[in-house]
Amino acid sequence: MDAVKTTNLTKYYGKARGIADLNLTVADGEFFGFIGPNGAGKSTTIRTLLGFISPTGGSAEVLGMDITKNRQAILSCVGYLPSEAVFYPGMRVKDVLRLSADLRKKDCGAEAELLCERLQLDPARKVEELSFGNRKKVAIVCALEHHPKLLILDEPTSGLDPLMQREFFSILQERNQAGTTIFLSSHILSEIQRHCRRAAIIRGGRMIACGSVEELARTSTKRVTVRGTIELEELQGVRDRQQADGGISFLYSGDMNELMRRLSAGNIADLSVAEPDLEEIFLHYYTGGGDET
Amino acid sequence: MTLVKHEWKQGRRGLAIWTAAIGFLVMVCVWLFPEMKGEMDGVSDLFASMGSFTQAFGMDKLDFGTLTGFYAVECGNILGLGGAFFASLIAAAALAKEEKERTAEFLLAHPVSRTQILTEKLAAVLLQIVVLNGIVFGLSVASVAMVGEPVPWKEISLLHLAYFLLQVELAGICFGISAFVRRGSAGIGLGIAAMMYFLNIIANLSESVEFLKYITPFGYAEGADIITNGGLDTTMVLLGMGYAAVGIAVAYCKYRRKEIR
Repeated sequence: MDAVKTTNLTKYYGKARGIADLNLTVADGEFFGFIGPNGAGKSTTIRTLLGFISPTGGSAEVLGMDITKNRQAILSCVGYLPSEAVFYPGMRVKDVLRLSADLRKKDCGAEAELLCERLQLDPARKVEELSFGNRKKVAIVCALEHHPKLLILDEPTSGLDPLMQREFFSILQERNQAGTTIFLSSHILSEIQRHCRRAAIIRGGRMIACGSVEELARTSTKRVTVRGTIELEELQGVRDRQQADGGISFLYSGDMNELMRRLSAGNIADLSVAEPDLEEIFLHYYTGGGDET
Repeated sequence: MTLVKHEWKQGRRGLAIWTAAIGFLVMVCVWLFPEMKGEMDGVSDLFASMGSFTQAFGMDKLDFGTLTGFYAVECGNILGLGGAFFASLIAAAALAKEEKERTAEFLLAHPVSRTQILTEKLAAVLLQIVVLNGIVFGLSVASVAMVGEPVPWKEISLLHLAYFLLQVELAGICFGISAFVRRGSAGIGLGIAAMMYFLNIIANLSESVEFLKYITPFGYAEGADIITNGGLDTTMVLLGMGYAAVGIAVAYCKYRRKEIR
């Protein structure tokens, strides 16, 4: 059984495109990354899977159940962490956690307490007094306290400091090892690379690549920035050349040794070889390969 | 029941304020009665001779010098209008507030069916209306007893029943609207209550637009008619409850399929 399986899933908001013909399969027990720029359709996909909105075409199953027919059954096995955590006014953290557990008709007190401790969240605080990051923690506990079979996380780390992010991901890893499927939507590539085994890239509402993270990363290119002079003529795999102050910057996907030879032949004052930023990777997938453009 | 409890907790402060305000005003009015009664002989004639103004508030059919007459006009306006505002406000906000305050994502990520959300939210609205009316009725009876007048049980019960039904009707209509809107529910709620109130006044003024009484719930909550007839106008009440049922049915149809932003 797949944790998530969509077949030509399509969602239009009137004439505006949300997602189009999305075919996505997440196996049971996977740590799956879902990556794309803002407005690519990540949240639309998630909201459709959870039944907040209904698809305009295609179909989808979550944990083997149809999203339009078994919304309630699906939701009782799913933990959802929204990108923006908003709660009812006037409630304390523990009231929110209790309400969440009551709505699931489960007693999650012990687990909630444990999670609060690990995330350093004070259950006696009022939610509206909390910072963005601390509100996020409340949402994390709500998503995890009932031990869901599938966790759907929408931009989970925004607002969390690096230490908290580490703790959060170690909790996710533990859950994943215990059998929970994790569906992590993000626009932060490094997050996906570090934690996920497989990932799908979405852009403009369509899936443009899907595979193991190593595979996706291998095809990715480097952003090379050079100060000084370097001869790039007839070098294979150079794209997006930009003249920078006193040098040049380009995307490189060719043979590394060839690049090194060119560099040593030139006169270099400073050099950086970095991961291209996300937009450049998308560009790479979007143009369908690493050829010079 | 979880949601009813939750809604109750969320709304209890507003409920307490509205109940206290309406209850206090009704009591103050009743306390004024003994003082007014002495001066009423002249005033009654004055009130009865203000032409269409008299008619608009039904004062042509009532004796302002008796407690029931005084109560039907004065307290009727306070509880009638205040209760209408309260009921319309909470019902119009019931569903809309989740999206306006962006808590819908939290609520709908839980295994609760839309039907259950609708049912529990509606129950919470009705519960608040029952509590407000129960307390105001109690305060009202107590204040009549305090000024040493005999409590006119039948009349006062009928009046309060009419205002309760009026609030239920407005709540049902506004609940239906609540399923459609995302923001601005407060304005819509207050607007509908005020419009209904003025429709009744217009209906009182002119015979040619008396049919308006069959549209507005204030038509069957007219103190003068209730006291004079010794009962409510069944046709109008049934029609009103019909409007409420339509509002609620529309809410169920819409909200079960609604796209949540």
